[in-house]
Amino acid sequence: MSEANSSQVWKGSAASLVLLVVFLAAWQWGPGLLGIPSYIIPPLSMVAEEAVKMWHVSGLAFHTGITALEVLAGFIIGSLMGAVIGYLLGMSPTAEFALSPYILALQIAPKVAFAPLFILWMGFTVYPKILVAILIVFFPVMVNVLTAVRTVDPDLVNLARAFKASRAQIFWKVEFPSSLPPLFAGLRIGSTLAVVGVVVGELVGGNAGLGYLLSFGEGQANTAMVFVSIVMLTLVGGIAYLLVILIEQRVLHYLPQRMHPGF
Amino acid sequence: MSGVIRLEYRSVTMRFGQSPGAALTAVQDVSLALSNGEVVSLIGPSGCGKSTLLNIGSGLYAPSEGDAFVDGERVEGPNAHVAFMLQKDLLLPWRTIAENVAFGVEIQGVAAAERKRRAQALLESFKLAEFSGHYPHQLSGGMRQRIALARTLAIDPTVLLLDEPFSAVDAQTRMVLQRELAQTLKRAGKTALLITHDLLEAVTLSDRVLVMSRRPGRIIDEIAIDIPGRDDPLARRNHPRVNDIINRLMDRLDIGTPGEATGVTA
Repeated sequence: MSEANSSQVWKGSAASLVLLVVFLAAWQWGPGLLGIPSYIIPPLSMVAEEAVKMWHVSGLAFHTGITALEVLAGFIIGSLMGAVIGYLLGMSPTAEFALSPYILALQIAPKVAFAPLFILWMGFTVYPKILVAILIVFFPVMVNVLTAVRTVDPDLVNLARAFKASRAQIFWKVEFPSSLPPLFAGLRIGSTLAVVGVVVGELVGGNAGLGYLLSFGEGQANTAMVFVSIVMLTLVGGIAYLLVILIEQRVLHYLPQRMHPGF
Repeated sequence: MSGVIRLEYRSVTMRFGQSPGAALTAVQDVSLALSNGEVVSLIGPSGCGKSTLLNIGSGLYAPSEGDAFVDGERVEGPNAHVAFMLQKDLLLPWRTIAENVAFGVEIQGVAAAERKRRAQALLESFKLAEFSGHYPHQLSGGMRQRIALARTLAIDPTVLLLDEPFSAVDAQTRMVLQRELAQTLKRAGKTALLITHDLLEAVTLSDRVLVMSRRPGRIIDEIAIDIPGRDDPLARRNHPRVNDIINRLMDRLDIGTPGEATGVTA
């Protein structure tokens, strides 16, 4: 990393840290100074206290674990399906042509609206939540893969063909690796959307997960509990996103550094 | 130069489009033959079907009429006797330089150890061995184009089809690359068909220059370059006859004639 770059990173990190401190301080003392009651915005210390209480009494760890597992399952299954269908459609223009209106319709339909339906089908289990996550993760991954396969440089394919590559060789040696950067862009979007899908599922019905704590806290008018749940959800989403970035940096290590997105 | 014919086009015509009325004839009745070790340049206006001929030679297109032959065999599809190189280096960004050089032989199923040996030998001959573990984005455009040439040579083809291989690099790098290509072709005794827009490149690198007409492309002139030193284009460009030949080529291509090349009526 060059001199200029590393000084930029230093300055940026320092500024980020200052912003964080300012934000936390504003959270702690801002409501009191502005006369906002704690049932509207509980100060930071109250939320922290509530978190400790929830950890011991309400099984915060359990509910976070449930949500994390649902996110993970939904994300993995949804992105696998999205990638596989994306590759299949990418290689078969006829199939894409035939299916595109339905795919478009499903893509426009708000996926979270399916949550009550899935709960009707599968009851208050983890499965409807995972299913909503699958549905919501599926599209960005599929669309990115489909576009990537479509836009592979035809000269690259011709080069492989001129070397007498088989269809399978063209896929594994040219098309698949070319599609990896857009695939990871789709996975990044998917990892954050998975959390949305799971939470909506948990809000609609069930008695486990952070979404459940969220609506439970709301019912109790326990604003601090709602805040704790939101923070934990952000944490789950953040870790999922971070994992994708870490895997991406390993897989796409050959790309110039500037082409990697920041956090 | 032995008399064995390495690359031959016999009355090749290429039409694009389905219906006969709306078909676009890219190449019309082209016949040409390259004997062993010969380097021939093909020049002509843009869109005259030069690249189409190259795609037919590499087996990617089947001609509408006529046949192409490589090493006496009719070209039915891609085959190991021919390798092509384009203006774009077409290096795979996720492969190291050595892996890129070995791309063709890998597809052909050559064992890993032999692939590595061949790639390393080629990189050494191009003085690029120290970069074998690098990735393409770490190299300059000129170096990447040399890697592309190494990849083309790795499958040990008898015929090289080169489509404006140096038109994307800067003028100085181009001269270096031209000399390297000329020496490599001479040393390896490869036969090559070179498509270029650069008349000086055509003259200094080739044994013969073929001129194509505007679409539908036909061969309208053939000039033998009887200047010594085909493996040293930098020395060859100073030869007094070079200018005469370039003038004749410009004349054949209607360059400099008002209204002709540009299509503007004076």
